Amino acid sequence: MKAVVNRIIPFSSVDGPGNRTAVFFQGCNIDCKYCHNPETRGICRNCGACVDVCPTGALSYREEGGICYDGTACVQCDACIHVCPHDSSPRTQEMTPEEVYERVKRQIPFIRGISVSGGECMLQPDFLKQLFSLVRADGLTTLIDSNGTIPFWEYPGLMEVTDGVMLDIKAFDAAEHRNVTGVSNETILANAVYLAKHAKLYEVRVVVVPGLYDAERSVKEMGAFLVPYRKTHDFRIKLIAFRPMGVRKQYAGYRVPDAAYLNRLAELLRDLGFRDIMIT
Amino acid sequence: MRDISMERVEETRKNILSIIKSPSLTHEQKLTNLANQADSLMEVLDLPEGLDELLNQSIDTKCICDLAEGHAPVRPRYIVPDYAKFMKEGCSFLQLAPPTDLSEALNHLLIFYKHVPSVTNYPVYVGQLDELLEPFMDTVDEATAKKLIRMFMVHMDRTILDSFSHANIGPEATRAGRILLEVEAELEHAVPNITLKYEEGVTDDDFALEAVRCALHSAKPSFANHRMFSGELTERYVIASCYNGLPLGGGSYTLCRLVLGNIAKRASGIADFKENQLPYVLDIMARYMDARIRFEVEESGFFENHFLAKEGFIRRDRFSAMFGLVGLAECVNLLLEKEGMTGRFGHDEKANDLGVEIMDQIKAFNDHHENPYCEVTGGHFLLHAQVGLAEDENVSPGTRIPIGEEPEELIDQLMVLNRFHKYFPSGTGDIFPIDLTVHRNPEFVLDIVKGAFRKDLRYLSFYSSDSDVIRVTGYLVKRSEMEKLDAGMAVLQNTTGLGLGASKNGHILERKVR
Repeated sequence: MKAVVNRIIPFSSVDGPGNRTAVFFQGCNIDCKYCHNPETRGICRNCGACVDVCPTGALSYREEGGICYDGTACVQCDACIHVCPHDSSPRTQEMTPEEVYERVKRQIPFIRGISVSGGECMLQPDFLKQLFSLVRADGLTTLIDSNGTIPFWEYPGLMEVTDGVMLDIKAFDAAEHRNVTGVSNETILANAVYLAKHAKLYEVRVVVVPGLYDAERSVKEMGAFLVPYRKTHDFRIKLIAFRPMGVRKQYAGYRVPDAAYLNRLAELLRDLGFRDIMIT
Repeated sequence: MRDISMERVEETRKNILSIIKSPSLTHEQKLTNLANQADSLMEVLDLPEGLDELLNQSIDTKCICDLAEGHAPVRPRYIVPDYAKFMKEGCSFLQLAPPTDLSEALNHLLIFYKHVPSVTNYPVYVGQLDELLEPFMDTVDEATAKKLIRMFMVHMDRTILDSFSHANIGPEATRAGRILLEVEAELEHAVPNITLKYEEGVTDDDFALEAVRCALHSAKPSFANHRMFSGELTERYVIASCYNGLPLGGGSYTLCRLVLGNIAKRASGIADFKENQLPYVLDIMARYMDARIRFEVEESGFFENHFLAKEGFIRRDRFSAMFGLVGLAECVNLLLEKEGMTGRFGHDEKANDLGVEIMDQIKAFNDHHENPYCEVTGGHFLLHAQVGLAEDENVSPGTRIPIGEEPEELIDQLMVLNRFHKYFPSGTGDIFPIDLTVHRNPEFVLDIVKGAFRKDLRYLSFYSSDSDVIRVTGYLVKRSEMEKLDAGMAVLQNTTGLGLGASKNGHILERKVR
């Protein structure tokens, strides 16, 4: 079993509680306008557009076809991903769960767990299940960062080895959600309920993008929808300010929300009874 | 006492006059410098042959450095009084009965600090503050306690004019300890330095997380591996000055350091370094330290006459000495270069292995060298990874990886450090500026501390990349104060000047942010 891995960050402070190794999988099934790592969306088609722009010769053509990436020559200038016509990256790697686990193991005992993200990591549920089983045997915790478009209830085996999910709710209104991401949010909201009921909802993430959708209304309605589930299991709501870093040129013009606006959104959630609200 | 030349006397007189007339020194700094000039005329130590050629050289060639201790030591370099004894029994020389409530306890300590000498003329250790204050916490309500402790910390910052001054807390959580952390997070002071003695399972997570939050505001406390230090120095140890592990109720007579990179310059290759150059310098430095210690103990009269010794706040037989070193990275890199080999310290296994071999050799030497006055540490000195001087250029502190060459990933840096921290019971440490986002996830730092200490790292410091208070090499300064000094304004604390020098020569503002 193999999956395409975009990168592995040995120590991450922003992908769940404590210090975690974050594994980013390649490939996504939706198209968020504000995506800040669009190079994780597509799968490389070996077109070679990146080879010509690499300033250090870290990229070349393989004799047998395909692109060869030499990590030691790479200076992380990102020229390759900027020119990629398929929202992909030549720096990805096909790996087995065992190979990913080897890269996680190095960080023991400095980490408390791993987080998998993407792209959309739930496109590889069987891979995740196998990786999580290996990682859990070492006493580490496992978190999934997901856009929620794949129904978690269809993967009870994976859920058994998953400690929690960080779930995006990119807009509460279905039409607005479609405008932001290209897809509806029915499954996402059903996932939120399912995960909350099973005490697997670690965090709900909301990216606030003034001008793209009505965040105030969305947060208010989402809060009212989620608040009953706090009784079974408390979870965090993270309000994330849009930032233009990494965003594709045609979508980079949105405004960064100010602190006052974010605080007002947090206040709406507090009024509903939420206690663990983080602005970032 | 040996004669000196009239030329040297005349030279010294000129120095004295220029100190007297200096527009940029405070009165206290003038007194300290005048005393150093007087001391420089003395020739009373029985110096080993060959020392002069290794010691009295410019920074790019000297192989031994005595860190401005002077020619005739009038007191041990680092003094670590047993403040708990003072709290319990009072002090007859200072005419103080034991304190009965929190106000008295704090006032007593502030008085006592003014009478604790050291190489800086300020106390390098101000006590295990949580333990000292906890018995008095019931004498006042919480708000009053916080106000009093706040005033106490402000008083220290404005009167101990040197951040080589260290308070300890932990490993257990206490009310006093929590208030100290709260107050320090608010004050963002450079003085005193604070260390949390941390042991997983003994120190509560929530207390340790308070410490992390405080560190992200004020660059302290640092985290000391309590399990390691107490295993080597018993529970009666303290962290003093920069990060020096020392016996409580004693201290260190002296600290000299090997400049390993410069010793490597004398060598033709690795074999010559190991077989000839290093053993030669090790021997001379050890005998130089012996001579300093002999004078302090047998001739200076300090231990017979100072009230700290007479009343038992310190004991001569609780003193040891610190055998220091700097520049292992430069040493390893230069030796590999001389052998025509590639590889950099901190990055290549071969280079790191050579570093370990050099450390093993220094440790073996120290384990065999005996000094009759270091009974408390088995008759041997304690190895110390010295943090550097403001004027050091191209000399990395202790066994640190040079700033600008840190491995891309923190895990890789930690896995190098864990090969070197174990050698230094009298102190080593590494410093990490931490990205702002960690303010929201202090558990990130605590996880790293836990893992590091399981892997036998000894001492770690963190500060937030946007913080005003920052850790220079071991001590703390405020960026805002360095800017004032750089603009030609007078500043209160002596260490601000050292920090400014280190930021220019040692690139301390360019550390890799984690």
